[in-house]
Amino acid sequence: MIDLQKAFELVVNIGLPHCLLLSAVLFSIGLFGLLTRRSIIAVLMCVELMLNAVNINLVAFNRFGSMPDHAGQLMAIFGIVVAAAEVAIGMALAIKLYRERNTINVDELDELKG
Amino acid sequence: MFDFALQSAWLIPLLPAIAFAVIGLGTRQNKQLSAKIAIAAISVSFVLAWSVLGAVLTNNITVEAPFIAKTVWTTIGKIELAMGMLIDPLTVVMLTVVTTVALLVEIYSLGYMAHDPGMGRFYAYVSLFVASMLGLVLAISFFQMYVFWELVGLCSYLLIGFYYYKVSAREAAKKAFITTRIGDFGLLLGIIMLQIYVGTTDFAELQLQLPHYIDVSGTGMLTLIAFLLFIGPIGKSGQFPLHVWLPNAMEGPTPVSALIHAATMVVAGVYLIARAFFLFNQIPIVLEFIAWLGAFTAIFAASIAITQRPMKRILAYSTISQLGYMMMALGVGSVTASMFHLMTHAFFKALLFLGAGAVIEAMHEEADIFKMGGLKERMPVTCKAMTVGVLAIAGIPPLAGFFSKDEILAAALEHNFFLFLIGSITAFMTSFYMARLLFVAFYGELKDDCPAEETNDFMRYPLVILAGLSVVSGIWGHFFGFGEWVRFGAPVHEGINFFVAFSSVVLAAAAIWLAYAIYVEKRWSAHGLAARWGIFYNLSYNKYYVDEFYVIVRYYGCFVVARILYWIDLNIIDGAINMLAKLTGAVGGTLNRAHCGSVQAYVICFYGGAILVMGYALIYAYKVLSMAGGAF
Amino acid sequence: MNELISFANEATKLLHWIIDFVLNFAVNLGVPNLINAGVFYGIGGVVILMALGVILFRNIVHSALCLTGSFIALGCLYIFLSAEFLGAVEIMVYGGAVAIIIVMGIMLIKRDDMSHSNPGRGVVAHIAAGIVSAFFFVSMAAAVIMSPFGELGEYKLADSVTGLADLMLTKYIVPFEVAAVLLLMAMVGAIIIAKGREADEA
Repeated sequence: MIDLQKAFELVVNIGLPHCLLLSAVLFSIGLFGLLTRRSIIAVLMCVELMLNAVNINLVAFNRFGSMPDHAGQLMAIFGIVVAAAEVAIGMALAIKLYRERNTINVDELDELKG
Repeated sequence: MFDFALQSAWLIPLLPAIAFAVIGLGTRQNKQLSAKIAIAAISVSFVLAWSVLGAVLTNNITVEAPFIAKTVWTTIGKIELAMGMLIDPLTVVMLTVVTTVALLVEIYSLGYMAHDPGMGRFYAYVSLFVASMLGLVLAISFFQMYVFWELVGLCSYLLIGFYYYKVSAREAAKKAFITTRIGDFGLLLGIIMLQIYVGTTDFAELQLQLPHYIDVSGTGMLTLIAFLLFIGPIGKSGQFPLHVWLPNAMEGPTPVSALIHAATMVVAGVYLIARAFFLFNQIPIVLEFIAWLGAFTAIFAASIAITQRPMKRILAYSTISQLGYMMMALGVGSVTASMFHLMTHAFFKALLFLGAGAVIEAMHEEADIFKMGGLKERMPVTCKAMTVGVLAIAGIPPLAGFFSKDEILAAALEHNFFLFLIGSITAFMTSFYMARLLFVAFYGELKDDCPAEETNDFMRYPLVILAGLSVVSGIWGHFFGFGEWVRFGAPVHEGINFFVAFSSVVLAAAAIWLAYAIYVEKRWSAHGLAARWGIFYNLSYNKYYVDEFYVIVRYYGCFVVARILYWIDLNIIDGAINMLAKLTGAVGGTLNRAHCGSVQAYVICFYGGAILVMGYALIYAYKVLSMAGGAF
Repeated sequence: MNELISFANEATKLLHWIIDFVLNFAVNLGVPNLINAGVFYGIGGVVILMALGVILFRNIVHSALCLTGSFIALGCLYIFLSAEFLGAVEIMVYGGAVAIIIVMGIMLIKRDDMSHSNPGRGVVAHIAAGIVSAFFFVSMAAAVIMSPFGELGEYKLADSVTGLADLMLTKYIVPFEVAAVLLLMAMVGAIIIAKGREADEA
């Protein structure tokens, strides 16, 4: 028999597991998009989603974990910086690709085929 | 000055090595500058070497109390490899001989190599050789000696193949390298076993530890080690049956033949045994073997030399014979006689080779002595020097060979009469073929088209100096206590054994008279004699068919084995490899399809792997948590 | 008058009681937690819905808009998690800069009809992707649920801007500088890649 009172408290008392689960949901959605989208820009956006999911983890651990300082948030900021660099380069590559091949669909870029 | 020389004896090999590097990297194209650098380096080494001699004499350094300086070079596991220098009278004899002959040869080469475009290369190689040889002489351990041993082998290879555009030179270089390699392999095995069983290759330590080792383990393994060690000298010092490379080595420039294949490198084997005599001395059976092999080599090579026609080949077989003499002296236990003969032989054999080089160059590369004749008139200085050399090697008093050969024969007589007999016959033969060389080439009638002229100064003066050394070195060694100085164990008696001296002088004189009678007076026809003793003549002239024997062995032994191995290689090993390749190809072809080129398929695989790892981690964590009572 | 006063007292008492009751009721039910939960689930729902929009819309411009919305909601989540500065950074960098870069990229690449500008792959790919991401989510969720987080304390850190600035300019100065260099290099690299060689333009 499930203890309703305890289950209610588990749902209502927001803590670390909730944030982590949210992050997991977001990451999985990003992964699904990464695997199914054909447009390279959409793929890039999904990667951004996954990166943000990771950042949620960092912030959540910083908030609920026994951290004495803001190191977790700082890491999230570094993550944002790297993501920004990544999206800039990624978009540049996408534009270059479009100019060279006139397509941005990843399934048409199969030069790695063995 | 002397102490400084003693402390900086390491400079003696280093300077030629630097000269080698400078010439090899920089001035190779500039012939005169290269020669000057090499000669400057060897001159300083020469002065230092003689100063070391002074230091050894004044500082009371003896074979029992050598001067040792060493530093740890590298440590492999528990084996500490040291590099350094060991200076005792033995070393000093070699140092002075090597530097002296090397200096004279390099000066001689100024004239001999003057028209050779590869003169810079020549001086580079010779400098490297001198450096290696001096390093070998100064070695404190078998290991260090082996390093330089291989280096001199390399230099020998390079210099025999100096005229690399000649097929015969290339072949001779290969032959020398491969033949000595057989010996080096035995030496290396011996050194490794020495390290394993006794625990050190350092001469001084070995000398201390060997008696304990023998007390504990007996001499069984040591006998094997000594035999293996002796295989090295067999190859390097041209003992039977690995002597075949030495006559072919005369394809190199003549100064090289004089320096490497007569005076210095080939005696490295003798030096090695003398240096490690404390080891060989413990095992009489090996010494006996050395003595008999040396004696056999001596008479074997001498009997070949009697019938040879090219001048340098006669001298080469003479060298083999004399090396056999030295080995025999070692075998009968006389380091003194061996080293004494090594020293005198270095001087007069270098003299003979350089003289031969002068003659051959004057004759425009004609080496056959029967196409010479009467050169006495054209080349008086060379002729006189050669005469001194021939008399020295024949053992006519008071020249150098008399004293050293007398000591060897006296030592042999004390040991075994048959060895003495073989030595005496060899001495007779030696006198005969050297006199034959001298009479045929220098006396007799002058051929009409003889182009010979007296050589230039650079080539003449080293001959004169070496002739002087051939005269005095025996007397000097005899009367100034060589035997009390270079020895193993107790000092050796210094008196002349008059029986030995008388018999050897008589034999030598008789041989010279015989040669005179045959080749100058023509009392007997040489051709007639050769015809009458046809079998022996052919055997000797064809060097007892040893080379042909090796060819047959190589053909019917190696070739047949090689055919079998070739078949195995082609069908079994290659078959296995091919099968492996086909299998790999098939697997690859199958896996190839997984490479669809779609990045997203790769990502799926990647995350699939990540899920597997995470799944494993979760299961593991679940087990751990449930064992710990769980946080659930 | 007395009646009136006593009625007022009674009424006040009643009011107090009612207030006490309501407050007690609220405290008993955990109203602060309820409010927290409401905010969290609201924001989280927006984030997830927007993320789903990113991957489900057929028009890539809509996807990009959803992405921006997702970023802004995430910024709010950060503020809710008392990381105010980070929330601001998220909204500015992601909701502003990154979104603009993506929209510019779309603009530079697609010019005609946008209604099918974000095509998906085939059914097999969807099934495989679904399986993989579902398994991935399950394993992560299992890890989260299995982990004994209950023992962790809850620390309220004061003033995230000061704290971040302290860290960034003392302990983490080197990563900070490296990040700066990285951004510069990314900028230069993006320009070089997108611009192409001189020969291409000629």
